[in-house]
Amino acid sequence: MTEMEIVKFFAGLFILLGAFLSLVTAFGLIRLPDVYTRNHAASKSATMGVMLVLLGTFLYFWLIEHHFNSRLLLGVVFIFLTSPVAGHLIARAAYNSGVKLSDRTVQDDLAKARKKLEAEGHSK
Amino acid sequence: MFEAVLWISVTFISLAMIGLIYRVIKGPTVADRVVALDAIGISLVSVIALVSIVLETSAFLDIILLIGILAFIGTVAFSKFLEKGVIMEYDRDGNR
Repeated sequence: MTEMEIVKFFAGLFILLGAFLSLVTAFGLIRLPDVYTRNHAASKSATMGVMLVLLGTFLYFWLIEHHFNSRLLLGVVFIFLTSPVAGHLIARAAYNSGVKLSDRTVQDDLAKARKKLEAEGHSK
Repeated sequence: MFEAVLWISVTFISLAMIGLIYRVIKGPTVADRVVALDAIGISLVSVIALVSIVLETSAFLDIILLIGILAFIGTVAFSKFLEKGVIMEYDRDGNR
């Protein structure tokens, strides 16, 4: 194997893994029962998938086309920072706007804590 | 070989986006739709990266940052709107 083929193998491996993780995301969003579990699927595997695809693209452009593209690295860092924040915000908004948990949920610690606070006389 | 891997990856991501569009249309609550739209934006970023490899140009790579930022801001605005009914609050104390 020449050097080119090794680089192409690893770039292709990263890209294929990332695309597979995107498919896993869609599967999770279709199959899981309520918003909170779907949000978990979307914010974890989608982030990992897009980071692997961007890493493979970065390796390809750097080692094959000899073009060090810093914007791809910036995109990786940016998505790594913002995607969990977005997931947390939308889950909190869903809970505060009263979306029900699924029937199979075992425990809801936040509801318990809120009930306790209200019993102690705090507002909200 | 590498071309085949690229096209297989594009096919996977496209199938994923079709599944996400199903969730956008059907989703029982608004929060479901927002989660699915955020995931569509993230998938669009990887499609753009693959397209720029296939066309052998780096001209599209700026758009990756643009779409990432737009998806993030859209999700933040939607979640603020769901939670409080407004996007920008007017009083400066923050305790509506």
